[in-house]
Amino acid sequence: MSERFVTRGFVGRRRSPERGQRIPPGQYLTDDFPVLSAGPTPHTPPAEWSFRIEGLVSKPVVWTWAEFNALPSREFVVDISCVTKWTKLDTRWQGVSVDTLLEHVELHRKAAFLTAFSDGGYTTNLPLPDVVNDQAFVAYAYEGGPLAPEHGGLARLVVPHLYFWKSAKWVRGLRIVEQDQPGFWESFGYHNRGDPWLEERYSGD
Amino acid sequence: MAVLNWQIVTVTAIRAETPHVKTLSLLVPGWQSHRPGQHVDIRLTAEDGYQAQRSYSIASAPSDQPVIDLSIELVDDGEVSPFLHDAVVVGDRFEVRGPIGGYFAWDGAAADPLLLVAGGSGVVPLMAMVRHRAEIGSAVPCTLLYSSRTVTDIIYAEELQRLNGEDDGLRVIHTLTRSQPPGWTGYSRRVDMRMIAEVLEGTGRMAQAFVCGPTPLVESVAESLVSIGLAPSQVRTERFGPTGG
Repeated sequence: MSERFVTRGFVGRRRSPERGQRIPPGQYLTDDFPVLSAGPTPHTPPAEWSFRIEGLVSKPVVWTWAEFNALPSREFVVDISCVTKWTKLDTRWQGVSVDTLLEHVELHRKAAFLTAFSDGGYTTNLPLPDVVNDQAFVAYAYEGGPLAPEHGGLARLVVPHLYFWKSAKWVRGLRIVEQDQPGFWESFGYHNRGDPWLEERYSGD
Repeated sequence: MAVLNWQIVTVTAIRAETPHVKTLSLLVPGWQSHRPGQHVDIRLTAEDGYQAQRSYSIASAPSDQPVIDLSIELVDDGEVSPFLHDAVVVGDRFEVRGPIGGYFAWDGAAADPLLLVAGGSGVVPLMAMVRHRAEIGSAVPCTLLYSSRTVTDIIYAEELQRLNGEDDGLRVIHTLTRSQPPGWTGYSRRVDMRMIAEVLEGTGRMAQAFVCGPTPLVESVAESLVSIGLAPSQVRTERFGPTGG
């Protein structure tokens, strides 16, 4: 945003300052909930679903769908921004804070990053400091109903302060690691961290 | 990975493809080429510094010329596409960066037959693959199943007809969902499982599928392909919707 090349004749659509302050640079507001994914939507039945925390933990933990639903959950109302430029305000989710999940494991002292892994083989990487202190949750309900498969149901990770590809759909677990390893989109030139307020869209931004 | 810097591009040609789609040819100095299926971001800046960005798929095949084509669908209540359709003239300049993406891409290296399924302007990145395949003289069999509302909404209609006639390895199959002209011999309904199964018959189950269009089409086609027996890794998807414009 340093130098500006003015486009002849472009005015654009202004937003109210109040809402505008909540929209990261280069994003536009949408009321839809667009769907983006690289392949077919998986449909894992609840009976076959589980959620694992593995890697650099003293003992891996696994929850069944029923056990996961019995974990303390709460409502989260958050703004979300997709790298494809849309931002959606005040989305309402029900889910389990990653803090709550991590209470069930003892992290190795070298634990520094995690890879979220999903049905269909999708992965994304995150530094541990980005998912603790109530910054991230695993959601299984959206706007009062079960999370639709195309939006990541049965459950998806939600990390609202980062671009939405970090919020892995169809998430099945977190692998705690020492060394950061690029996930799926991070290996295709997308930014390793993805802070929308810093416009970290692509590698090198 | 190279840093994607914003570059100032110049519009060198504008072509109306359909009543709702225009193709802008852009001169991008220093363009490093692209893989068919990739997209670019464009950025427009108002006098007061207000900016808007959008992503558009590249329609043209890679070449040694620093020119790319973007085919842009007009979204009536959109912010950017009405400007690109109605205000931009040849010689205008704006900012572009890319190419972006790389999973939804085909560059001719793989030998598996191609199944391309497009809904509306979702044909754009697939057209880059069709054009590239023709330009490199690829022997990889390719089927394009292309859903449009009416015959006048078919983007690249003449070029697809010509390529289809010239090349035995290419099959272009249209379906028109809203209305059909007299004597129409293509499909006349939304893409469904039966259509996918019929089309796949001539392609084979080893196909690499690329599906691009609005979410309902992409979801149903991808699901059909998997239930017919393709592995999820054989099905790559990209979405095009009216959102954002």
